[in-house]
Amino acid sequence: MASTLSTADATRLAPAQGVRSGGKKRPGPYPYWFLIVPGIIYFLFFAVPTFSSFYYSFTRWDLFTSKWIGLENYRTFFQEQALVIGLRNTLIYAVMTSGLKVVIGMALALLLTSKIIARGYLRSVIFFPVLVSAIGVGLTFTVLMNPERGLINQMLGAVGINGPGWLTNPNLAIFSVGLVDVWKGVGLATVIYIAGLVSIPSEYYEAAQVDGAGRWAVFRNIMLPLARPATASVITLSLIGGLRSFDLIWSMTRGGPGFASDVIASVIYKQYQAGFYGLSTAGSVVLFVLVTIIVVPLTRWLNRGDVT
Amino acid sequence: MKFTNTARRGVALVAAGTAGVLLLAGCSAGSLGSSGGGGGGGSAGATTITFLVDNADATVKSANAMIDAFKASNPEVTIKLDTRPGGTDGDNLVKTKLSTGEMAEVFAYNNGSLFQALKPTQNLVPLDDQPWAASGKLDKLFTDSTSVDGKVYGAPFGTAFGGGILYNKPVYQKLGLKVPKTWDEFMSNNDAIKKAGGIAPVEATYGDTWTSQLPVLADYANVEAAVPDFAAKYTANQAKYATTPAALAGFVHIQQLHDGGYFNKDFASAKFNDGLKDIASGKAAHYPQIGGVTSGLDALSNGKTNDVGLFAWPGQDASKNVLTGWSSGGLYIPKTVEGDKLDAAKKFITFAETQQGCDAFMKGSAPTGPFMTTDCKLPSDVTTVAKDTQAYFEAGNVSPALEFKSPIKGPNLEQICVQVGTGQVSGQKGAELYDADVKKQAQQLGLPGWD
Repeated sequence: MASTLSTADATRLAPAQGVRSGGKKRPGPYPYWFLIVPGIIYFLFFAVPTFSSFYYSFTRWDLFTSKWIGLENYRTFFQEQALVIGLRNTLIYAVMTSGLKVVIGMALALLLTSKIIARGYLRSVIFFPVLVSAIGVGLTFTVLMNPERGLINQMLGAVGINGPGWLTNPNLAIFSVGLVDVWKGVGLATVIYIAGLVSIPSEYYEAAQVDGAGRWAVFRNIMLPLARPATASVITLSLIGGLRSFDLIWSMTRGGPGFASDVIASVIYKQYQAGFYGLSTAGSVVLFVLVTIIVVPLTRWLNRGDVT
Repeated sequence: MKFTNTARRGVALVAAGTAGVLLLAGCSAGSLGSSGGGGGGGSAGATTITFLVDNADATVKSANAMIDAFKASNPEVTIKLDTRPGGTDGDNLVKTKLSTGEMAEVFAYNNGSLFQALKPTQNLVPLDDQPWAASGKLDKLFTDSTSVDGKVYGAPFGTAFGGGILYNKPVYQKLGLKVPKTWDEFMSNNDAIKKAGGIAPVEATYGDTWTSQLPVLADYANVEAAVPDFAAKYTANQAKYATTPAALAGFVHIQQLHDGGYFNKDFASAKFNDGLKDIASGKAAHYPQIGGVTSGLDALSNGKTNDVGLFAWPGQDASKNVLTGWSSGGLYIPKTVEGDKLDAAKKFITFAETQQGCDAFMKGSAPTGPFMTTDCKLPSDVTTVAKDTQAYFEAGNVSPALEFKSPIKGPNLEQICVQVGTGQVSGQKGAELYDADVKKQAQQLGLPGWD
């Protein structure tokens, strides 16, 4: 998912933080068998595929038949040349996109919570790219970033700059896609930050004013620490999204040129495409573990001082 | 597992995207025969079957023309056309449809290694008892690559073609060049073209990565000329690209073309259609390609289709100037089809193997070489590429591509060729990477000697 912060994720996350302070456990007003229907759906469409995929990752599987081969798939997967590139690119991509989203999202949120003209309009403009399909964004930017005929390089050419091959230069491709991801996803980060900033009680500002704090001090000592839950949400969501990113990369470069912009997800997809179903399942398990290893401790750490 | 969902969604999106493109293409194609979407009078007992083809413009036009011609003589059968993406997305779709029992009654697909991967004995109806498959009627190039245990499972769909180098004839005349028979002659032609200026010696179109692998694939006739049992040894894990000099040459050639600066300026982003336009207009002198692509050349060539010729990939030895040949693809019936539908499907395929059926095919796609059945003849006014190809076939100077002699083809060949062609790795390294890639495919197929 290149739209690293999906709206559903965000809304789900927000109330969860409020609830945590409740503490006391009381039996709910509804009987447990209400859970049967969603339970069955969850079991059939999540638990069964998940656990059967763990099984299939140990087999050579061609959809028709499967043969148990132990850890062979994992060995092959880690020998894949694209995987080394893919691992590096995945980390670059995730850190770069979530970092930029935090900084730019915060800056835009500051701008959009201050008193400026056409604030409502600007807020929707910033949010708009989030609503567009990643494939559509990818295809559009592929055209814009075409080294010879793309609008970006033509504009650069008009002012005398010889634009690079954004997506065709092996050293640049992953960063170009990352920038597009930021363009597309920063709107959601901004919205989360706006919510975070607006919810800071005005007493703090007043107190700061009385103490004679400057703008920077207010930002540094009041806004930044009190917007911490928002920062945690943005980092977590965009990091998970970045680690799993696929559709934008696939629609823009297909992992190319060569393997230069492959990420783990695209390496897995290529194995699947090639008909190596067992191998690609093993890759999915690796990705699952990797995301868990990075994100679980990170979320713990980010939320450690979470007193609401 | 989260990823699996994403992957599926990816496929769906790609498929949806392609369908959208198709719709657009269908609109612009305008007056073409409508393939009877909104059911006609549908008398009782009428049979409806589906015909699945890839979504290339030329294939769709041909398929529609065949359906229309068939309908004229068989009104009781209604055939609906369905399309799928080409390339690996298409391969997956075909495999998925077969494994879930949702395959169309008749579908067009490659033969050779891709056909073998469908597990024909398990999934397809053998067609060796059909009248058009009688002995002597089908070309050996076709039957060899569409049979399992002596039974043929497919019917020829379209014409055979050669893989080599498409070249612009007017450029050759203007610069007084001769068709090269060795790699050295070819490179000195490239030097002459580069010196003349304004023309790209060799067109590369890495915007569509599949086009990158032709220098390796089309070179196979030369590999076999040097090492006659390469295919068998390669399949048995005894010969490697990186350690067989004749096979390694394909990768080294790509490196030489890149290092020497012979590619067109926009090679990294140009698309396949740009390549066809450039070779027809003379903006490029050479384009490593399969002749099969010229069936759609008319739409892009601006009336200059016959300026484009084809010669075999130049090797080391001028006396062994052999063209790497590809059989036409096949029409297949999945095992899940029964009763009336099976009869209708067989009837349609039988029709496809008549001159009438082949004529209908040619309405959509210009022939690119000979037909694979003796029941169909080429007209006299074929394109230059088809004539050049047929000359090799008639002289017996054709040797089948590796995909017809060995079931293994590494899935990442195109990306590896792009790596070499953009200067990221050397030709030698590329060949080594490809050998590692091939290993996975061989293991997946459970071939002996690879575990």
